[in-house]
Amino acid sequence: MAILEVKNLGKSFGTLEVLQKIDFSLEKGESLAIIGSSGSGKTTLLRCLNFLEKPDKGSIMVNNEVIFDAMDPATQRESEVRKKRLHFGLVFQNFNLFPQYTVLKNVTLAAELLAKERPDYKQEKKAILNEIEDRAKRLLSQVGLSDKLDNYPHMISGGQQQRVAIARALALEPDILCFDEPTSALDPELTGEVLKVIRNLAEENTTMIIVTHEMDFARDVADRVIFMDEGVIVEQGSPQEVFDDPKEERTKQFLYRYKKDKGHSL
Amino acid sequence: MDQVIVIVDRLTESFILNCKLFALTLLFSLPLGLLISFGSMSRFYPLRWLMRTLVWVVRGSPLMLQLMIIFYGPGLLNMSYTWPAGDTGRFVAATVAFVINYACYFSEIFRGGIESIPRGQYEAGLVLGMTKSQIFFKVTLLQVIKRILPPVGNEVITLVKDTSLARIIANKEIIMMAGEYSSRGLIWPLFATGIYFLVFVGVLTILLDWLEKRLGYFRT
Repeated sequence: MAILEVKNLGKSFGTLEVLQKIDFSLEKGESLAIIGSSGSGKTTLLRCLNFLEKPDKGSIMVNNEVIFDAMDPATQRESEVRKKRLHFGLVFQNFNLFPQYTVLKNVTLAAELLAKERPDYKQEKKAILNEIEDRAKRLLSQVGLSDKLDNYPHMISGGQQQRVAIARALALEPDILCFDEPTSALDPELTGEVLKVIRNLAEENTTMIIVTHEMDFARDVADRVIFMDEGVIVEQGSPQEVFDDPKEERTKQFLYRYKKDKGHSL
Repeated sequence: MDQVIVIVDRLTESFILNCKLFALTLLFSLPLGLLISFGSMSRFYPLRWLMRTLVWVVRGSPLMLQLMIIFYGPGLLNMSYTWPAGDTGRFVAATVAFVINYACYFSEIFRGGIESIPRGQYEAGLVLGMTKSQIFFKVTLLQVIKRILPPVGNEVITLVKDTSLARIIANKEIIMMAGEYSSRGLIWPLFATGIYFLVFVGVLTILLDWLEKRLGYFRT
C-alpha cells in the first residue's frame, strides 16, 4: 500500500510553471531519489509536500488520507496544516539549526512544544520530558554525536550540524523524511559522514525522499529514482533503469553531462 | 560651601525626574515599538501604510515640537480631555510624547532585526510543527535581540540625554534647574549637570556590554 500518493500536482510562480502534472507514489520503507538540474522543480516539489509552498493543482494523499487537494479548500485550513506537516520531516540544504540552543535542545525543542498540547501533559510532565530527552539522545547517538550534546551549532562542523538536523527531523517520527540537497552546502570532505547517516536510515527502511546531486549516492541508496526537468517528471524507475538504461532523451543528456563533468563512468 | 551642598541636592533631586522619564519611556516604548514594527510588516496594506506614515511623521519632526503639540494641543483644540493640572500633567504629557517618539525609532530597529533573520529559521520551525507565535518567541526573538542590541543601546543612550528636552513644557528636570542658577549668574551648576549624564551613561554602557557578552554564547 502506498504511504504517499501525489496526483497531478502543479505549481506556478506568476506565469512560470515550476511544477506540472507531478504524479508519483511511495511505498512504506522505500527511499526515493529525485535528480535533475538546478531549476528543474525538485526543491519546489519537496516544499509543496511540506506545505512551505501551496500547490495550485493536484492532490497529496498520505496513508490514504487526502491531506491536500487544490480543489478542496477544506484541506487547506491553516489550523490543520500545522498538524499535517508532521507527516513529513524536512532536512534543509542549509541545516537551519537554531543557533541559540544546544545540539540536544535543537532536537528536543519541537517535541517539547508539541507535548504541551497533550491532555496528560500536566500530570505526566516529567515522564514526557524525560522520554523526549531519551529519544533525542538515542537519535543523536545514532548519528554519531553523543559527545556533542551540549555544544552550540557554531561550535561543530557543517557535517555535524547536518547530522543534528537529521536527528531533529527524526525526533518527531515523520512518516516520510525529506532531504533537500542535504550535502550541497558542505565541503566535499564532509559529505561522506552525512551520506553515511542517510544510507543507514535507508537500510533501516526509513521512508525517504532525497533530492540530491550526488548521483553515485542516489544510485546506491535509492529504491527508486525520479528524473525531473523543467517542472515535469521525465522518467522514473529503479536506479538501474534510470541510470543504466534511460528511455528519454533528456535523461540521457543529463546523465551524459554529469558523467562528463565528473570524468568517470557511472 | 553650604550653598554648594544645597545646589547639588537640588540638582540630584531634579535629575530624578530625568531618571523617571527615562525608565517610563523605555518601559512603554519597547513593547509599543514591537507592535508598531509588526504593523509596519503586516500583509494588511492599510495597517502597514498607517504605521509607516506614523513612523515617518514622528521621526520626521523634532521631539521638542512633539512635546509642545502633545502638551498644548488638547487645550488649543478645545478637546474635552486635557492633561491633569500642574506638574503631574506636564510629566504625563512628556512621557506620552517620549513613548510615541521612541517607539517609532525602536519599531524600525525591530523591523530591521526581524527581517534580517534568515527565512530558513522560520521554515525550520514550521516544518517542526511549531505555531507562528512559538516560532517568534522560541526561535526568532533571542536572535533578533542579539542583533539589535547595539542599535537599541544607541537609542537608549540618546534617550538619557533627550530627557532634558522635557523642560520645554516646564518639567523641572536637571538642566532647567541648573538654568535657574545660571540666569542668576551662577554658571557651574549647568556644567555640573554633565557629570550626572556621564555617570548615568557610563553605567548603562557597562550594562549593555554585559548583556552583549551574555548573548555571546551563540552566533547568528
